[in-house]
Amino acid sequence: MILIVDMNWKKDSLAFNEFVQSIVNIVKPLEDCTVKHYMELRISELEMFSKIILSGNALKDSQVFEHIDKFSWIKTLNCPILGVDTGMQIISLVFGIPLMSCRQIGITEVQTVKDNPLFEGTFNVYTLHNYSVSPSETFDVMAQTGKCIQAIKHKQKNIYGVLFHPEVRNSHVLEQFVVFKKM
Amino acid sequence: MKLGVLFSGGKDSMLALHLAAEKEQVTCLITVVSKNKESYMFHTPNVGITELQAQALELPLISVDTEGHKEKELCDLEKAVLQAKTQYGIEGVVTGAVESVYQATRVQRICNRLCLWCFNPLWKYNQKALLEELLERRFKVVISGVFAYPLNALWLGKQLDQGMIEQLSKLSETYGISVTGEGGEIETTVLDAPMFKQKVEVIDFESIWNYTSGVYVINKARLAPK
Repeated sequence: MILIVDMNWKKDSLAFNEFVQSIVNIVKPLEDCTVKHYMELRISELEMFSKIILSGNALKDSQVFEHIDKFSWIKTLNCPILGVDTGMQIISLVFGIPLMSCRQIGITEVQTVKDNPLFEGTFNVYTLHNYSVSPSETFDVMAQTGKCIQAIKHKQKNIYGVLFHPEVRNSHVLEQFVVFKKM
Repeated sequence: MKLGVLFSGGKDSMLALHLAAEKEQVTCLITVVSKNKESYMFHTPNVGITELQAQALELPLISVDTEGHKEKELCDLEKAVLQAKTQYGIEGVVTGAVESVYQATRVQRICNRLCLWCFNPLWKYNQKALLEELLERRFKVVISGVFAYPLNALWLGKQLDQGMIEQLSKLSETYGISVTGEGGEIETTVLDAPMFKQKVEVIDFESIWNYTSGVYVINKARLAPK
């Protein structure tokens, strides 16, 4: 069972379909999944999930950044985690790595810079963000556009982040995360 | 949250309005009337009917005209959204975008410049499910334009029903057209919906066919009790 975490400013919001249901629609045909809003997460329940996906949210939605303490489990849980957009930003912040200004809205070309199980080569992505993450010793950069880091992987753990929105373009990135066995 | 809905009078913006009104407070409708029939951004047939629809919905309408030149029409949209922000205090914009990254990107950029939220509640909706939801919610939707083979003049003015959804699904499999007309194959006009206090009644219309495409033009309409 895969857990998809709703990162919108409130449960059952008007942005739910856009940022969460669109991920569910890709994941569900491949594996059972369930959705929980981040304010509802109970650390004791998280171990029952095989993988966890943190959704993105609206460009103007910064509510989740006031609740980073709700995500401390990212550092201790052993299952594979994928953060999309805001999800990737939260992963970075949990490990103490600051965000850096990088506003992108629309289609842009990203380049894979490190082999990884989710994607390869150069491809167009849909972006919708104000910030990327800073380079760090904790994460490898998997893809980038110019100065902006577009995807990361934790150097030791199965924790991934993509700044772009694979639920809009490149659904195969989500599919690969779901089906890949030996991450 | 106070929201303005980008409103063409077609099925997608009307459903987006209903979904938005279930979660937040819709305070106005925003319509851009494009003189360019090939507009990338704006639905064109019967967009003039939005005034009557707004009356039926008892919501204020901000309507602006545009020549419809590709990027100039975005400036006109931005002015209309700014007017909605100033006049009705909107904090966000709702669109009926389903698949169009082109439309979604441009509205996102406008909202970002104006410090507004942007919502696309139909984003990536399953196309057949979207049409079925319109029927379940008892929307009265008519085909107001067809622009792709093998759609012909017989479709113009027809009301959406389950038979039409099945027919469009088959045509989608055979000819690759979008079931919802997302690629511009079909345009629609909504004559009644749950939020309408009165329904729109068509008094005079004409169907105009031009070799490969056609429009159902509503020349005269009025509000009538439901």
